[in-house]
Amino acid sequence: MSDAPLVTEALINPATSRAARSDFAVRLRANSEYVVIPLLALAIAAALFAIFLMAIGKSPVDFISYVWRGGFGTSFSLQNTLQRSAPLILTALAVAIPARIGLIMIGGEGALVLGGFASAALAIPMIGHVPPLPTLIVMAVFAMAVGGFWVGIAGYLRYARGVNETISSLLLTYIGIAIMNFFVEGALRDLTDPNKPSTKPLGKAYMIGTIPGAEVHWGFVFGLALCLALYFLMSRTTFGFAARVTGGNFRAALAQGLPVGRLIVACSAIAGACAGLAGFFEVAAIQGRANASLAAGYGFTGILVSFLARHNPLVIPAVAILFGGLVASGGLIQRRMGLPDATVLVLQGLIFVVLLTSETLYGRFSIFKPRGERDRT
Amino acid sequence: MSAREISRRALLRTAAFGVAGATLGMGAAGRAFAAKDLTVGVVYVGARDDFGWNQAHAVAIKALKEVPGVKVVEEENVPETDAVSKSMESMINLDGAGLILATSFGYYKPFVLDVAKKYPDVEFRHAAPLWNKDTDPKNAGSYFGYLNQAHYVDGVAAGLSTKTNKLGFVAAKPIASVLSNINSFMLGARSVNPKATVQVIFTGDWSMPVREAESANALVDAGCDVITCHVDGPKVVIETAEKRGVKSCGHNASQAPLAPKGFITGAEYKWITIYKGYATDLAASKTLPNFLAGGYEADYVQNTPFGAGASPEAQKAALAAIAGLKARKPIYVGPLKDNKTGKVVIDKTYDNLDPYLDKMDYLLEGVVGSTT
Repeated sequence: MSDAPLVTEALINPATSRAARSDFAVRLRANSEYVVIPLLALAIAAALFAIFLMAIGKSPVDFISYVWRGGFGTSFSLQNTLQRSAPLILTALAVAIPARIGLIMIGGEGALVLGGFASAALAIPMIGHVPPLPTLIVMAVFAMAVGGFWVGIAGYLRYARGVNETISSLLLTYIGIAIMNFFVEGALRDLTDPNKPSTKPLGKAYMIGTIPGAEVHWGFVFGLALCLALYFLMSRTTFGFAARVTGGNFRAALAQGLPVGRLIVACSAIAGACAGLAGFFEVAAIQGRANASLAAGYGFTGILVSFLARHNPLVIPAVAILFGGLVASGGLIQRRMGLPDATVLVLQGLIFVVLLTSETLYGRFSIFKPRGERDRT
Repeated sequence: MSAREISRRALLRTAAFGVAGATLGMGAAGRAFAAKDLTVGVVYVGARDDFGWNQAHAVAIKALKEVPGVKVVEEENVPETDAVSKSMESMINLDGAGLILATSFGYYKPFVLDVAKKYPDVEFRHAAPLWNKDTDPKNAGSYFGYLNQAHYVDGVAAGLSTKTNKLGFVAAKPIASVLSNINSFMLGARSVNPKATVQVIFTGDWSMPVREAESANALVDAGCDVITCHVDGPKVVIETAEKRGVKSCGHNASQAPLAPKGFITGAEYKWITIYKGYATDLAASKTLPNFLAGGYEADYVQNTPFGAGASPEAQKAALAAIAGLKARKPIYVGPLKDNKTGKVVIDKTYDNLDPYLDKMDYLLEGVVGSTT
């Protein structure tokens, strides 16, 4: 799945005009597979969920109308959705980039928590001495560095010691959360608040605001920009090419003399930096301080988003917004339909299972194959 | 074939009902709003049936729904992030909520404060004593119950139920409200049984089911024959105690069904007193009180009805303790020493609601365990 061609690749590399046209048609046909199958999977998941709803005596039409109203239908709902999708975009990138090099890294939550905590810890002595803007920049860079280091450890262990990166990144998440709790409940605790262990607050002046005219914080814009930048990095640079070669065939990459170890650690570190940045925004745009609330599960939902986007940075925002909308409307669904909160989780789980199952469908439909190649296997 | 037709019809019917329901639903909401009925929005941090903190609120909210003219909208599992701001705003914007009850500690700063500033016509009340009259919006406020009073009653009953004189306490974090519950439990036990000690284990977080079970087991192994706790969901602790054949006291909500043999009583909030008060005030267009805090004297806390583990003399002593607390009989009768250095930390007798006690950061002599 990590070697999935990207839709837009069809638009590049025109040879001659005639050849280009037929080339374009062939590529469009081949690439449409990567659009049609996920959409089909979504539709099947929706159908299964509708059956589930009817089984418990609720109307699927109600459900859809509330998802629309609660997630997209009003200006408030749409901003709610975008705000909720912001951390998901960044944590999905934390899964998508290592996936390109063949690693299933799921440690975004830990990098988010540690990155957010580190930025808050660094900011405390700067407040009042350094103006807000440089403070925020230093915080963001530090959060990315810490997050990158954290997931980088899992990458390094993978390359140098052969440790399964999925397990190690997950376990590092729990260590990361424990480290934050250790400091937040100990040395860095704000003693004026006896009941919720937190670092000292940043204060309004040192918090990053919302996008002018909207109630969506800047994390959303940075997430979109990073998606574009990382798409470019992974698809249009030698670094990205080398990473994809490594992901496609590790031994071939080694035989070609590619710096496999450095590539793996670099991709892991980029992933961690994305999640760390998400942590920075949680601290600087939302919480205003670091505490246990940073571990809100964005890192785990990001895994789902990345898989649904087939680890394509350009598709991640759309999927993140879809999930943001589902979560945003989850409240309205609870309130109006009297359904438990787990309902939306059931839908998410169905989407994930159907999507993973649909992986086996690729290459099975002759309609997506170029005419000349249909008989080949 | 007929089966397929039926299912298709069923589907169409459901769909039609759905559309009709949606339109009716919206119409009803609009009418309700016009008739100035009160819509109360409630946010919970966990599940409403957690046998703990959230359930205590949900039980009261269920009773609040019975009040005529009150419509309730509820959301559970809302994390302490901007998600809670958005949930509250959504209740205001889409459901027309006029009163928001935010029931988790971490909702207050900055979320309740920010949303309250943004919607000055909506009342916000938060379940922890955090509202500051100088800095916080006037349409926000706090309500809180001094659960340590009910833990004191637990302690009285437990002190007369133990044979080993060792009581076990599984606690989440060493913060003021938890420490006060432990200390009160110990003082309650010692008031009837001077030989009683309370052994405490901190799990480090609010919800750690595995560690809670381990702690409960360790306490039983150490000879404790009554176990109680202060964690978000006491289910695991109470069930473990029951399985090990020892007695137990509950916390937050009723856990009596979990321990049919060994349950003595439990410390419970009685939020309905506060919630009904809010509904009555709003119905009469009165200003809501900004700060409510109290214990037995205000009817904000209660003890679970006695279970099979409570002996007649324990029941009698516990009821006498409740009567005392209703008459504001103090729990902390000084001087009292801490359990670490033997230093006097409570120099005199304090009223049960004295703010000095809210800053507690020590365990008293009689408690075995450490805050660090």
